[in-house]
Amino acid sequence: MIPVVLTAIVGLLVIVSFFVPHGAIAEPAQILQDWAIIIVASGYVLGAANVYKVNGEAAVKMQKDWLYKYVLLGSMTAMIVVGFFFSGGTEFLNEGSPFKWAYDYLYVPMQATMFSLLAFFIASAAFRAFRIRTVDAALLAIAALIVMVGRVPIGKLLTDSLPEVIQLPTMANWLLEWPQNAAKRGIAIGAGLGVMATGLRIILGIERSHMREEA
Amino acid sequence: MAFGDRLEKLDRRWIFLVVALLVLIPLLWPLQLPLAVSGPAKRYYDAIEAVPEGSIVVLAGDYDPASAPELVPMTRSSVTHLFRKNVRIIALQLWEGGPPLVDAILHEVGDEMGKVYGVDYVNLGYKSGREAVMPSFGNSFSRTFPNDYGGKPVSSFPLMRQADNFGATALFVNISAGYPGTKEWVQQVQGRFQVRMVSGSTPVQAPEIYPYLQAGQVLGLLGGMAGAAEYEKSIGVPGPATKGMDAQSSAHLFVVFLILLGNAIYFSRRRAQQGRA
Amino acid sequence: MSISTDFGVWVAAALTLFIFSFLYKDNPLYKFAEHLFVGVSAGYIVVQQFWQVLWPNLLQPATTAGTPHQWKYFVGGALCVLLFTRLFPAASWLSRYTIAALIGTFAGLKVTGFAQAEVVEQVRATMVPLWINGDPVSSLNHLILVVGVITTLVFFFFSKEHKGAIGATARLGIWYLMVSFGAAYGFTVMSRISLLIGRFMFLLDDWLGIARF
Repeated sequence: MIPVVLTAIVGLLVIVSFFVPHGAIAEPAQILQDWAIIIVASGYVLGAANVYKVNGEAAVKMQKDWLYKYVLLGSMTAMIVVGFFFSGGTEFLNEGSPFKWAYDYLYVPMQATMFSLLAFFIASAAFRAFRIRTVDAALLAIAALIVMVGRVPIGKLLTDSLPEVIQLPTMANWLLEWPQNAAKRGIAIGAGLGVMATGLRIILGIERSHMREEA
Repeated sequence: MAFGDRLEKLDRRWIFLVVALLVLIPLLWPLQLPLAVSGPAKRYYDAIEAVPEGSIVVLAGDYDPASAPELVPMTRSSVTHLFRKNVRIIALQLWEGGPPLVDAILHEVGDEMGKVYGVDYVNLGYKSGREAVMPSFGNSFSRTFPNDYGGKPVSSFPLMRQADNFGATALFVNISAGYPGTKEWVQQVQGRFQVRMVSGSTPVQAPEIYPYLQAGQVLGLLGGMAGAAEYEKSIGVPGPATKGMDAQSSAHLFVVFLILLGNAIYFSRRRAQQGRA
Repeated sequence: MSISTDFGVWVAAALTLFIFSFLYKDNPLYKFAEHLFVGVSAGYIVVQQFWQVLWPNLLQPATTAGTPHQWKYFVGGALCVLLFTRLFPAASWLSRYTIAALIGTFAGLKVTGFAQAEVVEQVRATMVPLWINGDPVSSLNHLILVVGVITTLVFFFFSKEHKGAIGATARLGIWYLMVSFGAAYGFTVMSRISLLIGRFMFLLDDWLGIARF
């Protein structure tokens, strides 16, 4: 019961602070936001502890890919030790620090490459899965083709000799600024009303799923 | 097996190979296809161009290395454009992986243009908390970021003594890869503090920013590598985004071809099945 | 232009190629890089959260004599500690207080943010003139915008069956939505290809030195 009441008080205070700039309301709301910043940071640390727990168990019990779990745990531990003790404290991301080296030559290339794999899969999926079976799908396909070609230089080159109004870049820009915009705005208004309703449900204690313990 | 059937069962690794070649070849032998500047990109340029000389601007680089090819060129061009106008920059980041990328750009461009850290620009670094950071930051920069990216107290920097909230700034530049990003800044800061704002976005997010653009909540928009290339052209400094557009063009044409080919095979097989029935 | 002699660049290039090898098939090199990535990312985030958030926004002011309103750092710290009770099932109920405060704060921020930016401002921006003298193109564009917003909203109204006039309006709304999804798909393709361009630029420029970007 107390957490539900706490959610209600905090939520209402933050909402009222949007309208009332007086210090008696604004300062407590500001303090709540200050706490939210450090709580979220603690949440990340909690997540890391969970990573140790889950992968540690898998490694010790020699479950699937257990050897790689040691790579995961070892690299995570190494980053933490280097970052806390061997990289100059708050200057841990300065040029020349070991932690910055790990960021530049381990974190950046691996993260960037992981996401770049999607380029290949999206091309493969375009061939194998994109099927124009209905009028709706045809509209989707036409819009996609116009935007894909119209937003890159080849679109201008292919249609440069045509009147400007039917050149692909013009059509792509028009599509984005008007019909696409209209649909996105409809979604935004609908989503906005939905978020307001859900937020109020949470604040008023009708929605309590976030309070449930994990099984 | 019919040709269409064989194509449909083609090992996808051949498609991967063609994609790789179509990206690689234009990078090695550029076609230098002409680039047109779109309306939203021109508005982005105009919004920054309209910032009075010597003003203070906030730049939030909310992205990580996964979006670097599109957003780093936007950030670099924006910083170059701002520094050219002797505009001073206060930078921050809300994505965990991004701060060193933004810091590197600030220092590289700053050093090239003779800017002094602490006087002409300050990097406040990263803060967690997503939306909770935004109104807090809008109320007081120093309260939300007591130290800068390198751990020094922000009160020690002359620039930070001249601006502690959006009231003292002329523009807010947000380079954003997703959540938290432009949408959240518009929701939490743009209306609340009446901030003039522009956005550089990944293509995945850019369509969702158009409603804000038309409503005037965002004054200009760069979408993806194409937007970055258009902005590089606008400021007259072609960079990696411009050089990537040829590869982007060839890859896009290939995806269009794949969609059309896949559907041509599908429809011909359907017609054949209907003919048999 | 020449091949890099920097050890770090070679490590980065090797890891890039390890991950690309997945495109041929799953293999130990990819698995190694994948697990290394998870470990390095998790470690990076922990260190960053400590030095760039917890230290300046909590620990440093809490432990510095003379900090104004120091009590709020102690309360904030207590809320953070309570969060960690989630690791211990018998005590995890204590974390509800922290979660309550966090959820309440975010719910309040979301309600006001969405109300102002997504509802009020978007409705205001949809109230555009449907006829502008001497400018039929803008008039048509405004009509397309208004019709699109209304029909899309009608499509999402599920309290009434989509039949008759409502059904026809919702159908038009679906067409607008298909156009927007198509545009989103086109942009998604652009985004993914850009990421690949970035990696190839690294391999060609920073590593092999056979091109300059």
